[in-house]
Amino acid sequence: MFGKLTLSAIPFDQPIIMGTLLVVMLGGASVFGYVTWQRKWAYLWSEWFTTVDHKKIGVMYIIMALVMLLRGFADAIMMRTQQAMASADAAGYLPPHHYDQIFTAHGDIMIFFMAMPFITGLMNLVVPLQIGARDVAYPFLNSLSFWLTAGGVVLIMASLFIGDFAATGWLAYPPLSELKFSPGVGVDYYIWSLQLSGLGTTLSGINFIVTILKMRAPGMTLMKMPVFTWTALVTNILIVAAFPVLTVALALLGADRYLGMHFFTNDAGGNAMMYVNLIWIWGHPEVYILILPCFGAYSEIIATFSGKPLFGYKSMVYATAAIGVLSFLVWLHHFFTMGSGASVNAFFGIMTMIISVPTGVKLFNWLFTMFRGRVRFTVPVLWTIGFMVTFVIGGVTGVLMAVPGADFVLHNSLFLIAHFHNTIIGGVVFGCLAAMNYWFPKAFGFKLAERWGKASFWCWLVGFYVAFMPLYILGLKGMTRRMNHYANPDWQPYLIVALIGAVIILFGIFFTVLQLYVSVRDRVTLRDPSGDPWGGRTLEWSTSSPAPFYNFAVLPQVRELDQFWTDKQDGVAYMRPNRYEDIHMPRNTGVGVFMGLFGVVLGFALVWHIWWMAALGLAGMVGSFLVRVYDRDTDYWVPAAEVERIERARLMRMQKVGMVGVATPANDEQQAA
Amino acid sequence: MAASSHVSHDHGHDEGHGSLKSYIVGFGLSVLLTLASFGTVMSGVVPHHLMLPGIVVFAVAQLLVQLVFFLHMGTSPGKQGNLAIMLFTLLILAIVVVGSLWVLHNMNVNMMHPALPQVPTE
Amino acid sequence: MSHAAISATADGIHVPVAHGHGHGHDDGSRTLLGFWIYLMSDCLIFSGLFATFAVLANATAGGPGGKELFELPYVLGETMLLLVSSFTFGLAMLDMRAGHRQRVLVWLFATFLLGAGFIGMEVHEFAHLIHEGAGPDRSAFLSAYFTLVGTHGLHVTAGLLWLVVMMDQIRRRGLNADTRRRLSCLSLFWHFLDIVWICVFTFVYLRGVI
Repeated sequence: MFGKLTLSAIPFDQPIIMGTLLVVMLGGASVFGYVTWQRKWAYLWSEWFTTVDHKKIGVMYIIMALVMLLRGFADAIMMRTQQAMASADAAGYLPPHHYDQIFTAHGDIMIFFMAMPFITGLMNLVVPLQIGARDVAYPFLNSLSFWLTAGGVVLIMASLFIGDFAATGWLAYPPLSELKFSPGVGVDYYIWSLQLSGLGTTLSGINFIVTILKMRAPGMTLMKMPVFTWTALVTNILIVAAFPVLTVALALLGADRYLGMHFFTNDAGGNAMMYVNLIWIWGHPEVYILILPCFGAYSEIIATFSGKPLFGYKSMVYATAAIGVLSFLVWLHHFFTMGSGASVNAFFGIMTMIISVPTGVKLFNWLFTMFRGRVRFTVPVLWTIGFMVTFVIGGVTGVLMAVPGADFVLHNSLFLIAHFHNTIIGGVVFGCLAAMNYWFPKAFGFKLAERWGKASFWCWLVGFYVAFMPLYILGLKGMTRRMNHYANPDWQPYLIVALIGAVIILFGIFFTVLQLYVSVRDRVTLRDPSGDPWGGRTLEWSTSSPAPFYNFAVLPQVRELDQFWTDKQDGVAYMRPNRYEDIHMPRNTGVGVFMGLFGVVLGFALVWHIWWMAALGLAGMVGSFLVRVYDRDTDYWVPAAEVERIERARLMRMQKVGMVGVATPANDEQQAA
Repeated sequence: MAASSHVSHDHGHDEGHGSLKSYIVGFGLSVLLTLASFGTVMSGVVPHHLMLPGIVVFAVAQLLVQLVFFLHMGTSPGKQGNLAIMLFTLLILAIVVVGSLWVLHNMNVNMMHPALPQVPTE
Repeated sequence: MSHAAISATADGIHVPVAHGHGHGHDDGSRTLLGFWIYLMSDCLIFSGLFATFAVLANATAGGPGGKELFELPYVLGETMLLLVSSFTFGLAMLDMRAGHRQRVLVWLFATFLLGAGFIGMEVHEFAHLIHEGAGPDRSAFLSAYFTLVGTHGLHVTAGLLWLVVMMDQIRRRGLNADTRRRLSCLSLFWHFLDIVWICVFTFVYLRGVI
């Protein structure tokens, strides 16, 4: 009846997990109680869960990413604590099986459920506004993508309390991940949570490509697109091209585990290296999927706060496109040690060195944008400068490991761990937090408090160096990754320093949470009445903060790059149109929520081999979709009078603070001071 | 407005229009090429070393026939986008297939994978 | 002035949207572009499966290989079913453009029967192989074979379900903008599956017996 699922699947004997479960249940109950007490369920359902508004979907993605950042970081600090303790005779506090699940979950959560939702959220929030569109190409699909990703989150979180998670490392290499060596349900949780969220990611990739190609404001040719939108376009192309390969790799692993096939087994002709090959064909483009939108965000930030157009816009675009193609030609550098021989390794080593060139181009672009600009050292700029310094170090160590001979020494050592955290924290996390500080006013209508933002930045920056520089050294000393215990006491001092670094980062995360809390509390004083709090250059700043649900009352006309900046210079940025028109908008729908829910049912049932429930989940997904297909009431018209009322209220607010007709926002000078 | 700068063309239905004739031609060619492929292998007339090149050529030809006559791919202004997307896909496809074969073949040779005929050790 | 009836094309040249429904929501071409991109991503799923099959093609682990297992006349039969179904779908599209609802339904039904026949033959072939002890768990080669061909079969099955839904919608609602757009997408999907099958019979079956 319930397949492999019995009560013993809940690890009652694990005090750490049970304690976490208690905290999660208490936290969940209090949130549930609070929402019920405030009678906000109907509001949440009708305004948020069922929304097809790209801005709200973007916000939900980012909230999910921040929650998963906490989960992933909890895993991180547990690992650092274990390694700081488990030297020589000491065993530490985490048994190996639990420790192995933690480093696996840490990697998967940070990549799939923190970084990916964060950048997808940012693209949702920003891209339609930047191109002067009223929504994405397929608003319902957008909602569906979010709820499928959320379904993946639910599955991976469920694995913490019901059964266990994969203890294989974040990419679940066979043969270890095969049924013979991982007989539990951990790898199955891994497969289905990633398949569910991967489907959501692919759909959102298609959505954004079409949005960017088909829905740009009149006059916005490709070479007049803001850089963030360019990076979003290339990222989404990479998503659509790379994620199918991940789907295949995971499906084949699943076929081995569920149907007794022999793709990657040790016997019957299986070839485990084919899995490694496939997963990295996806995996290397994936790191560029994560970093490119962050590059885009840095570009927007540095141009805005330097008060100058981006230096070398075209080279930035070409560099982005070049990275996009080259990212498909370097995957083997993740497994030089496989033994493909000199010619193969040489090819991929050289390609890896080549791909660092366009990234270098970008760095010079940012530097020259700042050069002779009037740089305002706001929180987003601090993150950007912190990124430039940190990311260069990560890039250099990456090129070092691109030399196959050096890689044979450094492969799977802590040097590698330090390298990719150097690029992912220094590049992606810094970029996401910079972007969050930069675009927050556009989503909510008030700015984030500077003070705690700066505190968070310094803790992250210092904490990063304290936590990861020792790992470079340890890697050179020969310490490998994923060690639950080590015999060499020389390593312990470095690992204690690394733990201290992780604690400093903990403060950074705490200050980000505090920053959000303080900003919400002080939202009246932090309000952004103009819609253009930073003296922005691109179209998203031309509409109000928060943007109305239709984004633009009149679709903007674009004749050049940074059109909004020029309009402000010419004093025509806030011209009232002669008359407003009816606006066509999509209607909210709960189908996405239900499909995500049935997806969770399907995934959970497959994990536990509960076949009737799996059939139910699949039928539910298909059925919900068919309901949508037969639904004809999917859109509506906003009457011109309603648009005019909303726009007039905005202009009134702006006139109150003396904004209308002013070329640049009046508060621009104050901020520069 | 710059809208007048371009002649209005077939944009409402990007799918394109095949005619009955083009479908019949496409179908006829596909049948012929399919029979040619199977004939190459089954008839026994074609020398063994020419079989693989033969079926690959016929397959590529039939792919092109179906793309043009059934999927209406072409270089007209409305189709260029789809064509470009397809060419990019073909590039990635080639990288995936050729790259995997190359990389794993080298690994199999160097690491003496059991899937390959073993070199006698004596 | 109104910009609502303007849409931008990929190359940056804008053309006015002709029909009144538009207001910047030119759903027909937008949906077809998105569906085309989806097909390309699906194409890359198949590329991963073909690559795996190619890598594992000789890994028979002492079990039977393609030469012993594949019956080419049978495969030729399957191929012809699929090819004819592609043609009948094309005829359905021609009648859709001409606005002949009944004839569209007839051709779609013919397509459905041919597709179902293809699936029936494939299921029979699989059952036969498994019965002979050459199931997907026998060797890596057979795992790759069943997965590649089976994935194509699952796609055709999904296409059959879609065909049923489309026949029902056209019967109930006629040939409106929605059903035309969806039928155009399904047409792309169906032809795409035929194209994948060309690669299957060439690189799996024919190459397998050479």
